[in-house]
Amino acid sequence: MAKLQPQAVKQITEIVERYKDEPTPTMMILEDIQKEYGYIPLEVQELVSELTGVPVSDIYGVVTFYSFFSMVPKGKYVIGVCLGTACYVKGSQLVCDKFGELLGIKPGETTPDGLFTLDLLRCIGACAVAPAVSINGKVYPQVKVDNVKNIIEEYRAREAN
Amino acid sequence: MEQIRNEKELQARFEKCGACLQKKFHCEPGHKAIVVCGGTGCLSADSQVIIDKFQELIKANGLEDKVTANIVGCFGFCSQGPFVKVFPEETLYVKVKVGDVEELFEKDIKNNEVVERLLFVDPQTKQHVQKQHDINFYKLQRRDIALHGNGEINPEDIDEAIGNGAFQGLNRALHMTREEVIDEVLKSGLRGRGGAGFPTGRKWSFVPKTDEPKYMICNGDEGDPGAFMDRSIIEGNPCAVIEGMMIAGYAIGAQNGYFYVRAEYPIAVKRLAKAIKELEEVGILGDHVLGTDFSFRCHIRLGAGAFVCGEETALINSIEGKRGMPRPRPPFPAVKGLWGHPSVVNNVETLACVPFILREGWEKFAAIGTADTKGTKVFALGGKVNNVGLVEVPMGTTLRQLIYDIGGGIPGGKKFKAIQTGGPSGGCLTEKDLDTPIDFGSLVAAGSMMGSGGAIVMDEDNCMVDVAKFYMTFICDESCGKCSPCRIGTKRCLDILTKICDGKGEPKDLDDLKELSNVIRNNSLCALGQTATNPILSTMKAFPEEYQAHVVDHKCPAHVCKNMMEYYIQPNKCIGCGLCMRNCPVGAISPSTEPAHLPNGNVNPGKFAHVIDPKKCVKCGSCLSGCRIGAIIKK
Repeated sequence: MAKLQPQAVKQITEIVERYKDEPTPTMMILEDIQKEYGYIPLEVQELVSELTGVPVSDIYGVVTFYSFFSMVPKGKYVIGVCLGTACYVKGSQLVCDKFGELLGIKPGETTPDGLFTLDLLRCIGACAVAPAVSINGKVYPQVKVDNVKNIIEEYRAREAN
Repeated sequence: MEQIRNEKELQARFEKCGACLQKKFHCEPGHKAIVVCGGTGCLSADSQVIIDKFQELIKANGLEDKVTANIVGCFGFCSQGPFVKVFPEETLYVKVKVGDVEELFEKDIKNNEVVERLLFVDPQTKQHVQKQHDINFYKLQRRDIALHGNGEINPEDIDEAIGNGAFQGLNRALHMTREEVIDEVLKSGLRGRGGAGFPTGRKWSFVPKTDEPKYMICNGDEGDPGAFMDRSIIEGNPCAVIEGMMIAGYAIGAQNGYFYVRAEYPIAVKRLAKAIKELEEVGILGDHVLGTDFSFRCHIRLGAGAFVCGEETALINSIEGKRGMPRPRPPFPAVKGLWGHPSVVNNVETLACVPFILREGWEKFAAIGTADTKGTKVFALGGKVNNVGLVEVPMGTTLRQLIYDIGGGIPGGKKFKAIQTGGPSGGCLTEKDLDTPIDFGSLVAAGSMMGSGGAIVMDEDNCMVDVAKFYMTFICDESCGKCSPCRIGTKRCLDILTKICDGKGEPKDLDDLKELSNVIRNNSLCALGQTATNPILSTMKAFPEEYQAHVVDHKCPAHVCKNMMEYYIQPNKCIGCGLCMRNCPVGAISPSTEPAHLPNGNVNPGKFAHVIDPKKCVKCGSCLSGCRIGAIIKK
């Protein structure tokens, strides 16, 4: 097992402890780890297995099944372009393509500087403001292809300061 | 917090809070109550800042005793949000911006003066409409069953819910036997709102009367892209869903209820958790509910982004910490469900209807709707329709009423093409189906299904082959991989559809698609697989000529499929301004030698009509969206 920092081991143990009274808490533990660290690498899965007694193969199965979990770190800003039906019929695919083109990445990838990840979302329920883009939880309503550049620049400017 | 341990305490609280609520809605002269929409759509348009600003102004003006301001659940008319409603006049302000708050406060709140410019303008009559119920969008709706309390009560205050009648249905149920409760729901005719439409009372009656633990599960894994009914119901009135859950729990003999909610709905989760915590504190949730020997506790589990978890057995696996893959049925969850014990899974909207039935009696519920389906249905009306939003209509309302009377028709004078209901499992209905009254049976007969309530309107600019491809991409991503017909078959369908949309289709592809679709339908374990190819089959049936155009003529009539369309500058319309040339990212546009013309038909001296080099064009559309005179078309 690759070495985890003692601090991480401590924190993950705490997360597992949080749910010790719950029957079958695997998902809850993994959700907290995903939120805390942004990803769940193999060594963390091994540690969770050790702490909970759930076979690591099962944990790996769960991590790879649900789109919410990731095994690679995500960028600082996760750009989620909604491709739900309401957004799609209003042209969100074009918005997504534009983000990809300007950032030079495909959906699911992260820019080399670790700043942006481009994710496709399946309906965030913001159909009334379609096409919607969500960046780290902030919803941008009615995004047009022409707005994409400004949105990216907004975050780049934030980083430059 | 004051305890509610028995019926008497509940009634006392109901009277007290009900009076408060009435006082708020019908407040005396000089008093005002401001409510602001706190649904996800309006929150993304800064409605929280609006409310903070109102509260700040109330304080600054020393009006705390006379004016209140709080959030409420979704108004439903999301394309006009954010909403601010002022009582007692019930003036509804739409599209309110943070910058408008001071004017609203100065004029309406302090001087009783209606701010006309922020009222809704009827698109037909061009008249300002002051009150919510006079707006066409609301006229055909009845929002008092599943959406009870939405747009009226503060979802983060259990006292407002109690004052609005919450737990009165539970109280009545607790005076009945379990069988009587099930019978009441059976007689009401309530059918599951998650999509399949199974009679709710019957589902409850399947649970054996044994001593083993039983579980009530609320399915809030609203995965259908384009649907947000369940989210809005939880966000707008979490107590209603909790009450429905408790009544169901009492009827089946469960002591624990699990809410399975999508992680993508943080506001819904937050409000639900807050309501559960406060109900536990006052004693409505916990041991000896309202002084009876019925005990009930609620727990929340979050989904992690898997559409298939909306299938009840997959959902149960997910709560058990496993991959969300469906189990073979039988055994049905009612016999062997969560952790091997009898469990009932009901959808959010279904549970939100239950308190109404118990509170008002089954007769009132059964009086609404059609012979086939009773009650109301909440639809998330979206896509190419003027009034996008959340709509609750009595069953039996026609699709035409839904799209034109409530939805306000198609924007931009475009032509209606199809309405997609039932999400990825449903189908497309066309012009000829518009007078179909909405209920479970008639939508299936017309070739689609009710589904959970997504209703996406499409106009002439949408390519139906592309729409089928869109749904297939979704299904392909979301197939859990357990059954090979679904796992491999949907991928093959997507390959064929992609080939067709790339302009490389041939007539044989259509036969292959049909055959494959039938194999997948007949050989998959769960409803996701069985219905996976409905979007293909229904669009093929309703729009055969569009498929033919793609595979025979290699043309996309809606000009959506990029490989089969071109951008074209009409030389007689181009004024030669050169804007498109500057906008083009790949330098595909240049002036020709032909003279450009002014809109009046005269030659624009010194200017030349521009042309697009199709070899260089990447079809991004920047030229078309930038052209101010509409000289560029797709062909």
